[in-house]
Amino acid sequence: MARPPKSATSARSAEKKTEKEVKGPDHPRSVGWTRPQRVRLISATCPFHLEAGGSIAPVDVEFETYGRLNSDKSNVILIVHALSGDAHVAGWDAEAAERGRKWRTRKPGWWDEMVGPGEPLDTEKYFFVCANVLGSCYGTTGPLDPDPDAGKPYGLRFPLVTVGDWAKLQALLLDHLGIERLFAVIGGSLGGQQALEWALAFPERVERVIILASSARLSPQGLAFNAVARHAILSDPNFNNGDYYGGPGPREGLAAARMLGHITYLSDEAMYRKFGRRLQGKSAPEFSFGIEFEVESYLAYQGKSFVERFDANAYLYITRAMDYYDAARNWGDGDLTAACSRIRSRVMIVSFSTDWLYPPRECKELAMAICRNGRPITYVMIPSAYGHDAFLVEMLELGRLLTDFLSKS
Amino acid sequence: MAGDSRKTKSDRLTEILRLWASRYSAPLENLSTDKLVGLIERFLTEKPEQRARRRRAPGRWDHEIIERIITPGSHVLDLGCGSGELLERLVRSRSVRGQGIEIDPEKVYECVGRGVSVFQSDLDEGLPGLPDNSFDFVILEETLQTVHQPVKVLAEMLRIGRRGVVSFPNFAHWHIRLELGLGGKMPVNGSLPFPWYDTPNIHLCSLEDFMIWAGRAGVKIIEGHVLAEGQVRPLREDDNLFAEEALLVVQNGR
Repeated sequence: MARPPKSATSARSAEKKTEKEVKGPDHPRSVGWTRPQRVRLISATCPFHLEAGGSIAPVDVEFETYGRLNSDKSNVILIVHALSGDAHVAGWDAEAAERGRKWRTRKPGWWDEMVGPGEPLDTEKYFFVCANVLGSCYGTTGPLDPDPDAGKPYGLRFPLVTVGDWAKLQALLLDHLGIERLFAVIGGSLGGQQALEWALAFPERVERVIILASSARLSPQGLAFNAVARHAILSDPNFNNGDYYGGPGPREGLAAARMLGHITYLSDEAMYRKFGRRLQGKSAPEFSFGIEFEVESYLAYQGKSFVERFDANAYLYITRAMDYYDAARNWGDGDLTAACSRIRSRVMIVSFSTDWLYPPRECKELAMAICRNGRPITYVMIPSAYGHDAFLVEMLELGRLLTDFLSKS
Repeated sequence: MAGDSRKTKSDRLTEILRLWASRYSAPLENLSTDKLVGLIERFLTEKPEQRARRRRAPGRWDHEIIERIITPGSHVLDLGCGSGELLERLVRSRSVRGQGIEIDPEKVYECVGRGVSVFQSDLDEGLPGLPDNSFDFVILEETLQTVHQPVKVLAEMLRIGRRGVVSFPNFAHWHIRLELGLGGKMPVNGSLPFPWYDTPNIHLCSLEDFMIWAGRAGVKIIEGHVLAEGQVRPLREDDNLFAEEALLVVQNGR
């Protein structure tokens, strides 16, 4: 009954982080070179109706698949990505250079450590599908794509989209691929909310649902962070009411939004460990407003590199979808337990002790709502110093849980 | 006390036993003088290996009993399910719908490794909003003595479950009494293997204590089993002295 001492856990996490290996395309546990696929799921004549009202057409969806679909199509796992994620989960994008996605030439997909032959999300056993969400900037229709009515990019004319819309569109993609039932759906953070939405909207289509660092709704603190992030973008002098394509664009605003994001993804403890109060490349402060501390340098780098790969309008739309998501309101008239009575899947929810974006308390509340319905629920809180980021860092514990939950339950 | 010298030692002991029985209203333990002397003698002379043999408890003796008690296909909640062995067994042999609750992260991982649904939580935080009678059985296997608020946990067990199954070490087992009474030390043995400074057991009670609580709380004991002298057998009148561990099936009597 004894808890492991906190310090021991933290020390282990620290080791793991430094040992993090990057698998090259020839690595035996890498999915190797990948090619994004694109499909027009919604034609110009048959619009996709949106939860918030209105509709959109046409809609293209970019997605990737890994592994092999078995003969009875019973081994499909849908991976759903988070706020700044994309369909490129694992491996090395063979078309990165020609499509101008040069950041992908430097590193593999966002969950490469977890997905591959012999990895916890084993491509030898399962067939994985991941699609970029509507309103994003990675190949699925979004605000940077041409608005057929205006003859120029949508910008803020793009309609507001929701997590519910995303799940519906993913379901349409699976229809298109001829896949009726999912062996599992897995997502972390905003991806976790999509996974939950799957359990609620398509209870008969999904056998297992894995929700990482996520809950039934974003906390007021989370709403506040998103508000500040959007404010930074909206008030950037180059924002130009969203019609900035072809111009300089709200680079500083988007960078500031990302810097704030990174603060929320870490934790107090993680920052102490990662940076402490160390100065950046100097032994004494310069008494200036330049970059003095390591943590400042880190945030500046994160902001700058994000601007190279993300669209500010997409950031507005996706954070809004994150804000609005409320499983209890959408499916249970405000009552989360009533909402969860729809669930037919086996659900595993994993939280991380220092996550303050989706705190363990709220993840547990969702788990309890499922439990109250007499549905089997697995809820695990992993002790970690890495805050919200832990779902991309704590590979050892998480890998073990994913392997076991998928193969045993 | 002039008369005392005429009494034999045995007479005096009998008198003490009578006094004991009246003071502690312990009719369950109608001990004869010979029996008492026998126990003390055993306590003082028994070699460790003899004791170990006597305590040769069959692995998880209570699992077998619980398996017999649980109706096939029922909905079972195991509070403090550890690494999930019991639930796994019940799912296999009794086709139950099982849900565990466990606080220790490593044990929680082991549950997931067995395919057992497990909710990581502290029982002392309660089980907010689990509906009344929503489980056919709620199990508290060797967990009661480890929680901060045992009575609250028991009350939750009886509210959520139609029946409760509770097992715990009996702190009034004769050997424990003598270890503390004659030896003057906190007992460390098969049922209570931890030293006082490093033990999860913070609310030890005797079988009799539990019965008194049950009587006051209006809780019915439907069935009882004990581990005594390495044997598993139905609960007897004198088991407050002889049971090392007890397993009781309980139900709200009100």
